[in-house]
Amino acid sequence: MSEATLTWAAGPVIHARMHGPFQIYEALAVGERGLLGEVVQLKGDELIAQVYEDTAGLEPGAPLRGTEAPLSVLLGPGLLGQIYDGLLRPLTGLDAPFLAAGERLRVAQRFAFEPRIKVGERLVAGQVWARAPQAGRLSLVRAPPGVDGVVASISTAGDYEDHQSLCAVVDAQGRERSLSLLERWPVRMARPVAARLPASTPMITGQRILDTLFPIARGGRAALPGGFGTGKTVLQQALAKWCDADVIVYVGCGERGNEMAEVLNELPVIEDPRTGRPLLERTVIIANTSNMPVAAREASIYTAITVAEYLRDQGLHVALMADSTSRWAEALREISGRLGELPGEAGYPAYLSSRLASFYERAARVRTLGGDEGSVTVIGAISPPGGDFSEPVTMHTRRFVRSFWALDPERARARFYPAVNPLTSYSEDAGRVTAWWQANGNSNWLEHRRRLLDLLGQQARLERMARIVGKDALPAPQQLTLLLADLVNEALLQQSSFSVADRYCSPARQSAMLRLVMRFVELAEAALARGVPIRTLVALPVLPRLKRLGEEHGETDLAGIEELGREVEAIVLALAANHAP
Amino acid sequence: MRPDISASGVVTRIDGPLLFLQRTVNVGLNTAVEVEGPDGAIRLGRIAAVETDRLIVEVLQSTTGLSLSGTRVRFSAEPLTLAVGPGLLGRIFDGLGRPIDGGPPVPAVQRLPIDGAAINPAHRELPRDFIETGVTTIDLMNSLVRGQKLPIFSGGGLPHDRLAAEIALRARLRTGMAGKFSVVFAGIGVSADSAEYFRSTMESSGALGHTVMFLNRANDASAERLLTPRYALTAAEYLAFQEGHHVLVVLTDLTNYCEALREVSASHGEVPSRKGYPGYMYSDLASLYERAGCLRGIEGTVTQLPVLTMPADDIGHPIPDLTGYITEGQIVLDRELDRQGIYPPVRVLPSLSRLMSAGIGKGYTHPDHPALANQLFASYARAVHIRVLASVMGAEALTDVDRRHLDFASAFEQNIVAQSHGRTLEQSMEIGWQVLQRLPPAELTRLSRAQLAAHFADDGRA
Repeated sequence: MSEATLTWAAGPVIHARMHGPFQIYEALAVGERGLLGEVVQLKGDELIAQVYEDTAGLEPGAPLRGTEAPLSVLLGPGLLGQIYDGLLRPLTGLDAPFLAAGERLRVAQRFAFEPRIKVGERLVAGQVWARAPQAGRLSLVRAPPGVDGVVASISTAGDYEDHQSLCAVVDAQGRERSLSLLERWPVRMARPVAARLPASTPMITGQRILDTLFPIARGGRAALPGGFGTGKTVLQQALAKWCDADVIVYVGCGERGNEMAEVLNELPVIEDPRTGRPLLERTVIIANTSNMPVAAREASIYTAITVAEYLRDQGLHVALMADSTSRWAEALREISGRLGELPGEAGYPAYLSSRLASFYERAARVRTLGGDEGSVTVIGAISPPGGDFSEPVTMHTRRFVRSFWALDPERARARFYPAVNPLTSYSEDAGRVTAWWQANGNSNWLEHRRRLLDLLGQQARLERMARIVGKDALPAPQQLTLLLADLVNEALLQQSSFSVADRYCSPARQSAMLRLVMRFVELAEAALARGVPIRTLVALPVLPRLKRLGEEHGETDLAGIEELGREVEAIVLALAANHAP
Repeated sequence: MRPDISASGVVTRIDGPLLFLQRTVNVGLNTAVEVEGPDGAIRLGRIAAVETDRLIVEVLQSTTGLSLSGTRVRFSAEPLTLAVGPGLLGRIFDGLGRPIDGGPPVPAVQRLPIDGAAINPAHRELPRDFIETGVTTIDLMNSLVRGQKLPIFSGGGLPHDRLAAEIALRARLRTGMAGKFSVVFAGIGVSADSAEYFRSTMESSGALGHTVMFLNRANDASAERLLTPRYALTAAEYLAFQEGHHVLVVLTDLTNYCEALREVSASHGEVPSRKGYPGYMYSDLASLYERAGCLRGIEGTVTQLPVLTMPADDIGHPIPDLTGYITEGQIVLDRELDRQGIYPPVRVLPSLSRLMSAGIGKGYTHPDHPALANQLFASYARAVHIRVLASVMGAEALTDVDRRHLDFASAFEQNIVAQSHGRTLEQSMEIGWQVLQRLPPAELTRLSRAQLAAHFADDGRA
């Protein structure tokens, strides 16, 4: 292990004189307290490193130790249901309510262990070699990438600590590698897969405006930009709770501590609608709040996606919620500035775009080394300064994502949530998931979606016109369009995360609601064509009930939606009949 | 602990607030130093960078009067600290935590580093104790809970000082179990009359005994402003987490803080970001705002009410913008409402409380509270939209429903926003229901049928 001596320190950046070889991006232990750091530049006998923890108290002469490996994290069967810091060190189980810098002892977890391979058998990456029955979804233990050899020894069944060496594999060159329940993986490197598969299945988010208008496929990438107060975090949390991924990795990157408390408070008590188990059991939380060290904020995004890839390699569908990627970009900027690099746009380093690209590229639906199907779906929140989407982080991200969910301050101010703007958002995945929706509940899905977008587009145009001539001066069909667009907004697109009945909307309920609203649209247009005055349609007493559709008819009341549908049908048809020409 | 070490004649260069010294002693980054000039005045500073043979000291007060030869530097063994103890209450300090009320130093139970330490998110308790402030636009529409940080976005000349003082005086829990309550006031670059207004308000209501004040005046050195909120928050954390108080921290004015940050950053020669503010302003502000919250198993709480004046009333300016990304909502004051004589001039639509949903509703305030607030927001947003239309086409061109919304908007501003004295939540809700009566029930789609039936006699629905 190489050593070095600190020569210069300011903020999170240090310089040191090397007394042995160091690698670029090698992880370091800095000073007496063993602060975690990473080499970012090597020149002559000097290295420059960034430190992931508070550097107060460091002085020249302090020792640095190399670890001979890039910044890495330990992955294993105990990951789920826990909260970690940006470097995947557990935050639970610490006594003090305040975080101190420095080395933290890792508390080993014990697992019951059952071997699944015998001495003399061949073991390759991705293959199951053991079982840890208490680990739930992660109970099958697979050989890490790079393993290919013959089992030389394997422990007998029993209780073991997760870091204990349990199996030895000898490869063709005769090198021995020992395996434990844990594996170490460098966070900045994508984990290998057997093949990348095309996206075809939607990831159901349970939010109507997303699933119907701007769907995301499993293995897809979405950006969620919005100024402060537009509901980014509430929407991210709603997705973390209700989307139909197998597991969720939620990374709070430079965000509020109280929001993390909220997540930790709710997840243990909310039931997963699919399994009936507490949602916390399917979640990994990585928290680097805004007052935790900035360099670790930069690392936390990589930590999170590495964890997501590890879970994917267990044959799971993973959704990664990153809140917020802007804080990550700002951490890049801050460190780049301290390294004295030439700034690019708005002070961000010139490599911002390539970093964003390589992060989002790690999202995919894949065939794993073990032969299973798995996926990582990435949803990154963006906090553009001043809510201006032309700033570098939003602009670059836009090029790398397939779904763009733009949050709108005007909708948020009217407490219209989710405040996704239907005109500026888009989804390239819509075509890919059409077949799924057509086979699962709504054969007219594509047509309905197109009609909705059309109505909303016309609404914006007509409202501009109404602003000049007055709403009453518009021809009746246009007044009807405004009425119907308003209904679509209120009945379908609005969905409160705080309403127990409506916070989650299953595909079946979405289809039922969509069919009902679209049927009303048809009937109302037909009625108008038959001469029913627009005044009568606007004053229909059934309209307020339609607008509260989601709120009044929850998951257990799909029959209620059908019944309301029959009622609406009868009312509007009768109206039209009375006005028969 | 290592005793303090002095060195003289080691200063090689003075550049603005920065002092370059030969490194003759072993001191670490961020350690506190005292710099004594030939004039005998002592200035506080801290180590900003260390090198093998050189130290850079950032002087936090004016460097005027320092010279290369006659300057003595005394190194302490630790970062800047504040002496804390129960004796803090009722006292007034300057921006660097030194008593200026003529009283003796505070008997110290402990010395705490003023930078604090990050709260482990896993140790936080979700804030959900509703605080009744007596202000309808806050209590009913943007509820404050204990442990929240809710800034007031104001503008020059708006009555934010009065509002902050009133909230500090009236704030109470509805359960009656008030516990020990105290107020920490940090005046950052405030004018003398602003500081005096707050002091006399607290005094005249007999609240000075549970108030601690830290005053950095407008004519104090700007680097000092960077420390004032940190001293204040350290005092607050002590009172909350060790003495079990529920502490309300009023920080005013954060805009002065950010200006000082920009000034100091520029003097360090750092690459500026938006509008010349440093790229780390978000992290720096977060290191203040995040020092609020509730801890599991500890009785006391820290609630923050920072005040900032938006430069040119622009909410997109980096100061309010970055603040809004960190704090749990904002209360926005409006010049137009103020001109109309409406007090408090809270502009409701851009105001927000993110922790509201956790602290209101069934079991917390009133079961109908969330729906009522939601309906008021939706209707008022629509009314404001219609008002814009009406200003173009005239009210005659509007439909009847639209005209009723206009009427609702002015009733909303006159009856809900404007208030001359404190209201209980029940009074606020009652006024909310009354104002909603001006709209046809069919428009109130955020209310359930049961809520409509209970509050509207002429339920027009089938």
